[in-house]
Amino acid sequence: MSFVFYVLAAITLAGALAAVLLKNTVHCALALTVAFAGLALLFLELDAQFAGFAQILVYIGAVAILVVFAILLTKGSETPKDGVYSKNWLAGLVIAAGVFAVLGWAVLQSAAVLPHESAKPEVTVLQIGNALMGRYVLPLEIVALLLTAALIGAVIVAMHEKEGAE
Amino acid sequence: MTPLTGYLLVAALLFSIGLAGALTRRNAILVLIGIELMLNAANLNLIAFWRYGPHPEALTGMMFAIFSIAVAAAEAAVGLGLVIQIHRHAHTTDLDRMNRMRG
Repeated sequence: MSFVFYVLAAITLAGALAAVLLKNTVHCALALTVAFAGLALLFLELDAQFAGFAQILVYIGAVAILVVFAILLTKGSETPKDGVYSKNWLAGLVIAAGVFAVLGWAVLQSAAVLPHESAKPEVTVLQIGNALMGRYVLPLEIVALLLTAALIGAVIVAMHEKEGAE
Repeated sequence: MTPLTGYLLVAALLFSIGLAGALTRRNAILVLIGIELMLNAANLNLIAFWRYGPHPEALTGMMFAIFSIAVAAAEAAVGLGLVIQIHRHAHTTDLDRMNRMRG
């Protein structure tokens, strides 16, 4: 395990924890951006350059901005007086801890049979493009359709209904 | 500890943090943030298995992660649109106070 991995993992987990724990919603969105950036760097550390840059473009460039817009449009930056956590927060915490215990146990138990190829994969963007246009062309078209439907759906859902109300 | 085990443990921890956020926060946008963190943890698993698996040149894990990023973007757009519409209707994003189906 390299030193870089530990630093990046610490950045990612600290950003995720801050995004979940902070009281001010805008601060949560900024911490979320830090967690996304840490994940993108972890992808680069894993030699997945294309996925890393796609992560930066899609998550930091689009999703984080969208979250900030939604927070500002819903006045979510005002901290509510009666706390930021739900009534049954203890049950949620117990469930999350249980899920982590099961996942961690499963990973550590199966450590011996997990693959551990260490050769660095030589994958270029040309190969990814060929795969997207060849073997994976049908999923690509379906994702394009899904994104179009989601775009139209999001606009229709968030649209004012003044015309329909009269 | 092999590198793959480390990445899997980080992804498991990230997933649990996201799950805890989605289950304990009251603001609907923060719940969506928790769901995004869980999706990202899954992506980290896919990329780690692609990197340390036996056939990285087949690009399977990488393609799964790229499509998963696209689907997560669609999910975020629709989810935040729904939150904005609910706020316009009920004037709150507090999930504990959203207890009616009919406005």
